[in-house]
Amino acid sequence: MKTKTFKNAHLFDPSLNLNTQGSVVVEGDLIIDVIKGKNADSGEVIDLHGALLTPGFIDISCQLGEPGFEQKESIQSGSHAAAAGGFTTVCMSPQTNPVNDSGFVTQYIQEKINTTAVIKVHPIGAISEKLNGQNMAAIDSMIKAGCVALSDGNKTVMNAYLLRKTLEYLKTYDVPVVEHCEDVNLVGLGVMNEGEVSSQIGLRGIPNAAEDVIVSRDISLCAHTNSKLHLNNLSSHGAIEVLAHAKARGLPVTASVTAQHLLLTEENLKFYDTAFKLSPPLRAEKDRTHLVSALQSGVIDCLTSGHTPHSEEDKDIEFELALSGASSLETTFSSTYSIVEKRELSLERLVESLTLSPAKIFKFSDRGQLKKSMKADLTAINLNLAWQVDTNKFFSKSKYSPFNGAKFNAKVVATFVNGVKVFDVEKGILE
Amino acid sequence: MALSARSILDVSDLNSDEVFFLLKETKKLKEQAKPHGVDFSQNLSKSVALMFFEPSTRTRTSFEMAAFRLGLRVLNFSVNESSVKKGETVFDTAKNIEALKPDAMVVRHGGSGIPYKISQLIKIPVINAGDGFHAHPTQALLDAYTIWERFNDFKNLEILIIGDIAHSRVARSNIKCLKMLGAKITICAPPTLIPPFAQAWGVKISHNLDEVIAQANVVMSLRMQLERQSSYQVPSLKEYSSLFGITFERLKAIRKDAIILHPGPVNRGVEFISAVFRDERSKVMEQVSNGALMRSVLLSEVMGVPR
Repeated sequence: MKTKTFKNAHLFDPSLNLNTQGSVVVEGDLIIDVIKGKNADSGEVIDLHGALLTPGFIDISCQLGEPGFEQKESIQSGSHAAAAGGFTTVCMSPQTNPVNDSGFVTQYIQEKINTTAVIKVHPIGAISEKLNGQNMAAIDSMIKAGCVALSDGNKTVMNAYLLRKTLEYLKTYDVPVVEHCEDVNLVGLGVMNEGEVSSQIGLRGIPNAAEDVIVSRDISLCAHTNSKLHLNNLSSHGAIEVLAHAKARGLPVTASVTAQHLLLTEENLKFYDTAFKLSPPLRAEKDRTHLVSALQSGVIDCLTSGHTPHSEEDKDIEFELALSGASSLETTFSSTYSIVEKRELSLERLVESLTLSPAKIFKFSDRGQLKKSMKADLTAINLNLAWQVDTNKFFSKSKYSPFNGAKFNAKVVATFVNGVKVFDVEKGILE
Repeated sequence: MALSARSILDVSDLNSDEVFFLLKETKKLKEQAKPHGVDFSQNLSKSVALMFFEPSTRTRTSFEMAAFRLGLRVLNFSVNESSVKKGETVFDTAKNIEALKPDAMVVRHGGSGIPYKISQLIKIPVINAGDGFHAHPTQALLDAYTIWERFNDFKNLEILIIGDIAHSRVARSNIKCLKMLGAKITICAPPTLIPPFAQAWGVKISHNLDEVIAQANVVMSLRMQLERQSSYQVPSLKEYSSLFGITFERLKAIRKDAIILHPGPVNRGVEFISAVFRDERSKVMEQVSNGALMRSVLLSEVMGVPR
C-alpha cells in the first residue's frame, strides 16, 4: 500500500485538542499516524509549507442540480466547487427532478456520483413523494441505495402527522430527519425578513414567527417520538431560545446555520439585490448575533454551505419572482473566518462545526477527525492569503453569491480525499 | 434647480428645497392659462416612454397629458406583467425600449424596486410612476402641492392617512414627503393594515378613526384593494367601511377648514360615501388636475425642456 506524508503542517483539530506543527502519515486512504512536533518523511512527501491542516470539511446541506437542473449545477461542477471550498463530503438535497424519493432515483444519483464527483457526495432522500408533503416516500429503498438522511429539502413538512410518523418509522434506520423550518402560511407571499427594511422598501415580509412555530412544533414531535431531528439552517433568535431549551432537556435534536446568516442581515437587501434573497431570509442584527453565539456555544451544532445554485434566468429578474438561494460552497470557510478575525467566533468552533459536528449528526464514523484509522480526508488552509471573491471564477455553475466582490483573508489551498489531492489553489481541480 | 438628467425614484431623491421649487413652479404653470411666449418647437423632437407594467388609467393618462402640454412625443408601452413572465424579463424590455432612444422613461410596475433596477441598467432618466408597495413619488408631490395650495405651509399641519398603509406606495411616499416638509402625520387603520415596524417611521399610529378625525387639517383616505378581504386583512369590506370609511357622521366631525384627499379611484361606499364628492372640502378632482401639472413640471425639469 502506498504511503504518503503530509509534512510542515499546522495540525488543527479542536476535538482532539490538536493545535501544533507536525505531520500526517497516510497509507492508502487511511491516516495511519499523526506525528506532533516534528516532520516525518515516509513514502511520498507533500510539503504543506505551514498551512493549517484540518479534517476535511463536511457539508450536510447543499443542493446540486442533478438530475433535472444540470444548467444550475451538476454533481460534477458542484463537487468541484465543494473541493475548492475545502469540503471532502457533501450531502445533497432531494430537490432534483425527478425528486429523489425512491431507490431508483438514488441509484441514478449514486451512479453520477461514482463517475463524476471528485469528493464524497451522499444523497439525502425525500420524506414525501415528489415533496408533496402528503405520502411517505420509498424510505427503505432510498436508505438501502445510500441515502444518509431524509428531508423535504427547503419545503417544510407542514403535515405534522406525516412528520410524526416519519420520525417514528426512522427509528429502525438510525438516520436523521432534516427539516427546513418555515410555516408556509406565515411565509405567504413574503420574500424577505419582516422588519424595518421590508416596511421601508415595500417588500412583503416573512416574520420570525414563521420559523419559531415550526421549530417549536418539531421539537414537540421530537420529544414525543424521541427520534433524531435536525433543524436545518436556522435564522431566528426566537428559534434559538426554543432549541437551547430542548437541548437542555436532552432531546435528540441538532441544528445548523449557514455562513450567509452569520455574516449578513436584512440591511443588505436595501437595494433589491437578488443575490441576498435566501431561504430562510436574512434577518435582523439581533438574530445574526444570536446565531453566532449559538454556534459558538454549541447550541447550533454545525455550519453548512446552504449552497443553492440558481441560473441567471432565476436570479436576474424581479425580486419577487427571483428564486431564493446562493452559490456558497466556495466561500463558506473564508467568509466565516472573517467573523473569527472579529473575535465573534473561535477558530476551534468554526473547524469543529465543519468537521466532527456534522460527522456525528450524519453518523460518518470514518471521518471528521485528524487521527489514526480515519479516512485521509484533509483540508489545508492558508490563514494569511488575502483574496477577493469573483463569482465568474467559481467552479460552481451558479454565479450568484452575496459575497461577490468581498475580500477575505483566509483561503483553502488544498483539499485531499482518501489521501488524494483533488484541489490545489494554483492548479485548480485535479481529476 | 439641478434636476436635469436625474432619475426620480422616490421622494428621498429630492431635498425640501427641490420639493418647494417644484411646488412653486407647478403654481406658476397653473396660473398661466395657456403658454405665453414659450417656444416648444425643440420639444417636438424629444420623446418620453411611458412603461406601464401594471394596469393604470389615471397615472398613465396624467403623464400623457403632462407630456402633451410640453409638446413631447409619447411612446406608450403597456403590458400585462404575466405576458412578460413568459419570455423576456422586465429588464430586457426596458433595454429594448431604451434602444429606441427616448429621452426619458416613466415606469410603473407591481414589483417594488423595479424602477430602481431599471435606472441602474439604462442611461436615460427614469421617473417612478409607482412600484409595488414601495414608492409613488409623483403622487406624493401632487398631494403636497394640493395641500400647500390650500394651507401655504406644512409646519404643524396635522395629516391623517386612513386605510391600507401596509400595501400602499402612496402612503410610504406621502409620509416621507410630508414629514420632510414639516407636517405631523397620523396613520389610522386596523392593525392588519399597518406595516410591522411602522413605529420606526416617526408617525402616530391609531386604530380608532373617531378619536383622531376631528384634529386633522388634511384627511387622506387610501384605496382599499378589494381582494384584501380574501387575504385575511379585514373580515369584510362592510366592516372596514363602518370602522374606517368617511360616513355622514364622520364627514360632520371633520374640521370646517380641512381638506379631504384620495389618490383614486375611490370605491364608493367603502372609503367614502358618495356625498364626500359633493363636499366642498373634497379636493379629489383638484388632485387629478394638479397631478398633470406637477408631472409637466417634473418632466420638463428632468428632461431639460422648456415649459
